Amino acid sequence: MAKVIVVTSGKGGVGKTTSSASVAAGLAMQGYKTVAIDFDVGLRNLDLVMGCERRVVYDLVNVVKGEATLRQALIGDKRQEKLHVLPASQTRDKDALDFEGVGRVMQELVDMGFDYIICDSPAGIEKGAQLAMYYADEAIIVTNPEVSSVRDSDRIVGLLDAKTRRAKEGLDPIKCHLLVSRYNPQRAERGEMLSIDDILELLGIELLGAIPESQSVLNASNQGIPVVLEQESDAGAAYMDAVKRFLGEEQPHRFLEVEKKGFFSRLFSPTPRNAYAG
Amino acid sequence: MAWYEIFKREQPTTASVAKDRLQIIIARERRTLGRDADGEGRIAKLQQELLAVISKYEGVDLDQVSVKVDKCGNGEVLELNILLPEDELPDSDRLRTRAAFA
Repeated sequence: MAKVIVVTSGKGGVGKTTSSASVAAGLAMQGYKTVAIDFDVGLRNLDLVMGCERRVVYDLVNVVKGEATLRQALIGDKRQEKLHVLPASQTRDKDALDFEGVGRVMQELVDMGFDYIICDSPAGIEKGAQLAMYYADEAIIVTNPEVSSVRDSDRIVGLLDAKTRRAKEGLDPIKCHLLVSRYNPQRAERGEMLSIDDILELLGIELLGAIPESQSVLNASNQGIPVVLEQESDAGAAYMDAVKRFLGEEQPHRFLEVEKKGFFSRLFSPTPRNAYAG
Repeated sequence: MAWYEIFKREQPTTASVAKDRLQIIIARERRTLGRDADGEGRIAKLQQELLAVISKYEGVDLDQVSVKVDKCGNGEVLELNILLPEDELPDSDRLRTRAAFA
């Protein structure tokens, strides 16, 4: 049975699209037929992060309006056979999508045999974000260890509990998973950044993973590669751990603690206080 | 860290300040905007109206007003804490009202 997962956050710029791309690619790497849908109508970007921007012909709005078939709009990933992308439209018409039309597309994707449908939500709590979350069975809340992001995440959890199909039909509530991105364990240890424990205590949802602040995220998006494909990078490995945890595998959390340095590396490296730049 | 900083009183870290602030605002927004909202938002409305009344009085800093709702058995307890400016209330600087709701 297909599962619909919304990747959401409330706040913009915390890594929803990066996370959607990596979670979708990670699930495909694990052998599941997966589609990532960009719900950010007017500000399409998932295609760019996943490296298929030049192959976009039709989009979600075209399908909802019956101007193209779903098969015409779906873009198959060139690296992962099981990975597909359904891009957002660049239209400025805010009412281009409606709940019923999106529901039809979801049903058709289920009928096509997709195992996972990843909905990349736009920022905010307006209609676009509500459309992205409406049909979800589970939610991945992307949060940065920073006050405004944590507050907005709590608002989003409230909306997931109230404004979705599961809430309206009285089904089991959407299962929420927390994905903390741009985490810096050194700064958290020094008390300069909210720690994972702080965020978990504040939001009261289960931890799916922490993605370390890393150069590799930008390097990957620069090239249109979901960072999860770069398994030798810390962020890529962290995303894959999170995907495996999502699938129910036990995975130790590798990136929550400061790496303990050996005697020599401590001797020859600057103190952590001076080492931080930026 | 310079040697004389050893004698300084330990400051709370910015992360713990962030956590305290978030605890307060998140609890408030859960009551008013969903997640733990009570039936018709009765407490939220009461809280809002109380704050509106208090804000009419000059000199009261709304940052120094806390409205808390606790569950107590079957009832709810609304705790209102207002820190008044010292010159207005010399003997006791806190006016505390507790109202119980069945």
